[in-house]
Amino acid sequence: MFDLAYYQTLWPRLFSGFWLSLSTIIPAALAGLAIGVVVGTVRGAMFPRFLVAPLNAYVSLFRGTALVVQLFVCYYGLPQLAMWLKPFFAARGLPELWRIFYLSPYAASVLIFALCSGAYHSEYIRGAILSIKKGQFAAARALGFTQAQTFWNIIVPQAARRAWPGCGNEIVYLIKYSSLAYIVTFKELTGTAMTLANSSFRYAETFFAAGLYYLFMTTLAAWIMRRLEKAYAVPGFGRG
Amino acid sequence: MNAPAQPVLEVRNLSKSLGGKLILDDVSLTLNKGELKVLIGPSGGGKSTLLQCVHYLHRPDRGDVFLEGRSAAEMGRRNICAFRQEIGMIFQDFNLFDHLDAENNVAIALRKVKGLAKAAALARARAELDRVGLADKADLFPAQLSGGQKQRVSIARALAMDPKVMLLDEPTSALDPDLIGEVLNVVADLARGGMTMLMATHQIGFARRLTREIIFMENGRIIETGRPDDLLAPASESRAAAFCAKLTELLGH
Ligand SMILES: Nc1ncnc2c1ncn2[C@@H]1O[C@H](COP(=O)(O)OP(=O)(O)OP(=O)(O)O)[C@@H](O)[C@H]1O
Ligand SMILES: [Mg+2]
Repeated sequence: MFDLAYYQTLWPRLFSGFWLSLSTIIPAALAGLAIGVVVGTVRGAMFPRFLVAPLNAYVSLFRGTALVVQLFVCYYGLPQLAMWLKPFFAARGLPELWRIFYLSPYAASVLIFALCSGAYHSEYIRGAILSIKKGQFAAARALGFTQAQTFWNIIVPQAARRAWPGCGNEIVYLIKYSSLAYIVTFKELTGTAMTLANSSFRYAETFFAAGLYYLFMTTLAAWIMRRLEKAYAVPGFGRG
Repeated sequence: MNAPAQPVLEVRNLSKSLGGKLILDDVSLTLNKGELKVLIGPSGGGKSTLLQCVHYLHRPDRGDVFLEGRSAAEMGRRNICAFRQEIGMIFQDFNLFDHLDAENNVAIALRKVKGLAKAAALARARAELDRVGLADKADLFPAQLSGGQKQRVSIARALAMDPKVMLLDEPTSALDPDLIGEVLNVVADLARGGMTMLMATHQIGFARRLTREIIFMENGRIIETGRPDDLLAPASESRAAAFCAKLTELLGH
């Protein structure tokens, strides 16, 4: 049933999809982590206060709705918003800012993945900050640390170690849910596999090969995470 | 003891309310250079709150703290951080930084707060660990140390900052009985070495041997002060003596 000759032509043809997947995943993972660090820190520190409620709402929204729906709203819904805004801008002779709501499939995917992943990262980071014992802050203050010094020298190194396993898992999940980009017509790995399979009717071989590409990415990511976790391991923290 | 007494620390009329309850009520005391004074009193009497207010970890509602004549109440936020550097604080539950080994626990404030280079800070840290008898534990993490060792590291950490005064909040009450001695020995060495200290403790025997003044606190007020032999003599009929008798009965020593 498996056709080896077809297999050999499959790898290079899937490779372009793999490459597009990587170029979605990497910026989305980095941006997501950055969003998560900022949002998680603000929510964990309850400071500045006026930002906490809106950031909580952001996290609930992205954790509480289906990722596919988020992609649809962003890719199909925003242009509709642009249509409404267009006459408003035109009437006032304003620059055509409404155009930013027409997102390419690639831009919509990276944006939504980063926002979604950032919401999850922020939960891990918030939890990690909340788990730091009060005495750690008291000791730092007693030694004459300023708040900024306490943040960089005590909170960051402890919270990072506690949050890292969760954040690493989230990145592995991101690699897998990046496949959803195909439903907003983005030709990444899954989208490419779909096209190839539809024209060759070799669904088993094609998706099996796509699966191997994903397995390669998740295994590599998990390996890097574990290496980092080990490099910074400290007795009494996590698996250290 | 011929030189005129120089006050290192002066606490004047401190009051503090927490959660709508008056916890410290007009507390004043003076520590001269090289003096060790011991705070005793029932649980909830306000000993910890007093030490934290002296250190400005809690800002007092009223009153002031003077370190070598400088008023803490008049300091801005920056200067309060500098003020805290000069007062060492020892906590009941050690509060070592969990992510740092013993020598870095001692070195981090030297580097980040005092601005020492890493090598100099680590050298000083090892010297302080040696002073508390932990030279061979420099690269162990808090999770790998016993309670007594953790408390000695925290004392080394405070000493490294060259404090003018040390505040000790029941440094042995989280320890197993067989580990109390090693920490009290370090404190006794400091006292003999002329460190100025204010210490809350339930170790009455230890207090009797080392201090010339016991301060008895209850309900946020200083009720009695005096030399241990006078204050704690059974015939004195002081509240402190009654409290110590009860403590001895409970703990059996
Ligand atoms: N943040 C707070 N809010 C409200 N009340 C507090 C707070 N912190 C302490 N208290 C109360 O202040 C009182 C004095 O507490 P403190 O810890 O200073 O007593 P203590 O003499 O150190 O007792 P112990 O011997 O148990 O350590 C207690 O009744 C306590 O419940
Ligand atoms: Mg206390």
